[in-house]
Amino acid sequence: MSKKVAFLQGNEAAAYGALYAGCDFFAGYPITPSTEVSEVLSAELPKTGGKFLQMEDEIAAMAAILGASLAGAKVLTSTSGPGLSLKQELIGYGCIAEIPCVVYNVMRGGPSTGMPTGPSQSDVMCAKWGTHGDHPAICLVPASVQETYEEVIRAFNLSEKYRTPVMVMPDEIVAHMRERIVFPEPGEVEVVPRKSPTVPPEQYKPYDTSFGDVPPLAAFGSGYKFHVTGLNKMQDGFPTTKAEIVQAEEERQVRKVDANIDDIVTFEEYLLDDADVVVVAYGSTSRSARYAVNVAREQGIKAGMFRIKTFWPFPDKQIKALAGKVKGIVIPEMNLGMCSLELERCAQGKVPVLGIFRVDGEPINPDQILAKIKEVK
Amino acid sequence: MAFDYDKWLRPGKLPHIWCPGCGHGIVMKGLIRAMDTLKLKKEETAIVSGIGCASRLPGYIDCCTLHTAHGRAAAFATGVKMAKPEMNVILVGGDGDGTAIGGNHFIHACRRNINMTYIIMNNYIYGMTGGQFSPCTPTGHKASTTPYGNPDPGFDIAKLAIGAGATFVARGTAFHANQIDKLIAEAIQHKGFSVVEILDDCPTTYGRRNKYKSVIEMMNRLKDVAVPVKAAEKMTAEQLQGKILTGVLYKEEKPEYIEEYAKVIERAKAAK
Amino acid sequence: MSRYELRFSGAGGQGLITAGIIMAKAASIYEGKQAVQSQSYGPEARGGASKSEVIISDGPIDYPKATTVDALLAMTQEACDKYTHDLKDGGILLVDSDLVTKLPTGNYKIISFPIINTAKNEVGREIVANIVALGAMVALTGQVSRENAEKAVLSSVPEAFIELNRKAFSIGFEKALAASA
Repeated sequence: MSKKVAFLQGNEAAAYGALYAGCDFFAGYPITPSTEVSEVLSAELPKTGGKFLQMEDEIAAMAAILGASLAGAKVLTSTSGPGLSLKQELIGYGCIAEIPCVVYNVMRGGPSTGMPTGPSQSDVMCAKWGTHGDHPAICLVPASVQETYEEVIRAFNLSEKYRTPVMVMPDEIVAHMRERIVFPEPGEVEVVPRKSPTVPPEQYKPYDTSFGDVPPLAAFGSGYKFHVTGLNKMQDGFPTTKAEIVQAEEERQVRKVDANIDDIVTFEEYLLDDADVVVVAYGSTSRSARYAVNVAREQGIKAGMFRIKTFWPFPDKQIKALAGKVKGIVIPEMNLGMCSLELERCAQGKVPVLGIFRVDGEPINPDQILAKIKEVK
Repeated sequence: MAFDYDKWLRPGKLPHIWCPGCGHGIVMKGLIRAMDTLKLKKEETAIVSGIGCASRLPGYIDCCTLHTAHGRAAAFATGVKMAKPEMNVILVGGDGDGTAIGGNHFIHACRRNINMTYIIMNNYIYGMTGGQFSPCTPTGHKASTTPYGNPDPGFDIAKLAIGAGATFVARGTAFHANQIDKLIAEAIQHKGFSVVEILDDCPTTYGRRNKYKSVIEMMNRLKDVAVPVKAAEKMTAEQLQGKILTGVLYKEEKPEYIEEYAKVIERAKAAK
Repeated sequence: MSRYELRFSGAGGQGLITAGIIMAKAASIYEGKQAVQSQSYGPEARGGASKSEVIISDGPIDYPKATTVDALLAMTQEACDKYTHDLKDGGILLVDSDLVTKLPTGNYKIISFPIINTAKNEVGREIVANIVALGAMVALTGQVSRENAEKAVLSSVPEAFIELNRKAFSIGFEKALAASA
């Protein structure tokens, strides 16, 4: 039997990806250019008894998904730049209270209202540093409609596996362009369920590390009663200011992601085996980069591409290895140099990092990248 | 026989953080008696709060408890209730948490008329941060950030709730302790969004700045200003000057959100 | 690698994004090629310059935006002035002859007929001008077969409007052939 295909927008694919992953609760607030996610889910979720809520503001939408997740739902919200800024406090709440959820953020021009219909990649730092305090960060940056679908599923899986908020951040080009998508059959792609408690309610502690760095999470209304707070907490969920407990808990929260980088970080290597120049790219910009690399190869230049699929945790290990091999790194991005800072950190001065930075609402075209590839001596 | 509060309290979590003379404990006892009267199941009851002294209340009660971020209790609670409609969802918090930073969530929860109960302990002040003026601090009164007297007019929480669409609105005081559980129980039983404002006192950060010599004086004030709605019907405007109505102030039957959304699900399934 | 670039441009509200989507859908779902559709528009829902770009190829498409355009539709003078600059030498330019009176200089294969008026007077509804234009673009570019394009049109419109759109597509296709003959 041939698989179901459709011609879809990135945002629409995100909504269908969420449904495949078992999302049964969505709360959002209208914002360009991510509103299509809400529109699809408002129609699709109730068909299977799921809940769609349009809340009074971005903060409320974030709060509602956290509440619903604690009540056992698989939850998603979608937003864009200004909305991401508003959600940040509660993204931090999700991190410290360890509540699985997926935040889908379409990157548009900014700061503030910026260019609501123009593309950018300027929220990638916000994904890690937007909320205050130390916390784990996972952020996926898809480059096609098909990949947006798949990465939203993976985001749900990671959020459940590591009990933490996960962000999916396509740029506006990926979010709004349309491509053919092939839907996987039910069961074809793994869907990770939430780790539920195995102990009886009276023994349950919501942050019980005897089960490892990612303790099982019970649902409200499932016979378990427990306390959840945004304060630094003990294993039983109640607040504490005891120095050694706070230190250990904060370190565990970050460690549950950091110690599993190889499980989380994904990337694509394109023509890297003999490359002298590597273009590091993510999102729609990687499509221009691939085009430019192909043209460079036709012209006899040994260029290749390292495509970042998981922006956070950053692929430090891979970039460090590349920096020891190539003569130069080219980084095209629709911001004034964000990924480039990470690359410089990983390159440790071993190779030059040449940036192409655009914030004018126009995509970075292959010619610009080709010209920069040729600057590497 | 004395009421056994301990069966509802979490062992080892007391003493609470509230100051001597604070009315929040009286409200908590009222809530416990109400839940006990209604025979609510602990595992099926969520108590959700924001930030502030009053918002610490859930930590002491042996239910599913969620201490959220400042102002956000209503929005978190909406998520809990929508995901698990069979749960009893009770919100607690203070006046600043509920009507300033959480004001938007408050009015929209009222508008949706979602079947939850919100208990607002109104002590006219931000107590936890040391006594800054809130949207409920009376004009002219002193707070740590109104050293020359408060220029702001205050909210009437009950009127705000009624205007925003809440379908059950009641008001009590920390002095009238025996009425609190009855108001809360009636609010929980009401189908729709119910609001119970409890006028409360904060001797530590409000009373001492506003010339109350003692907790007793603050409590006596609550006793003096409160007029039950029934009694008020027989009073003249002059007699009601400076008084505050207590009891069930408003009640109506209107479509409830969970039920309305169930109809959305039915329509969506039919359209499939 | 065969990369063919089309741009549908005009004013917001003229349905050009839809026309682009249907062209891309015809290529990727029905013709067995690959296609990417993208767009840019201002904040307004109606008016303002709007464009929808479609890349069609036999192989994978990297850069999703136009580089040098093979075929351009301009439904307003503003769109024609703004979006002709990267039309390739010898490229196809289809314009609405009532609305685009100042034609660009350059070596283009220009086809013009009153697209909106055709929709209004010959099809019967101005709202299907975009489908008239799509029919014309299908005929002029030859990237997808007439049958596959029609399938894509009919699968994209509400059932009540199938005949109207079939007629619009067909008239647009024929008019373009006649105009370019």
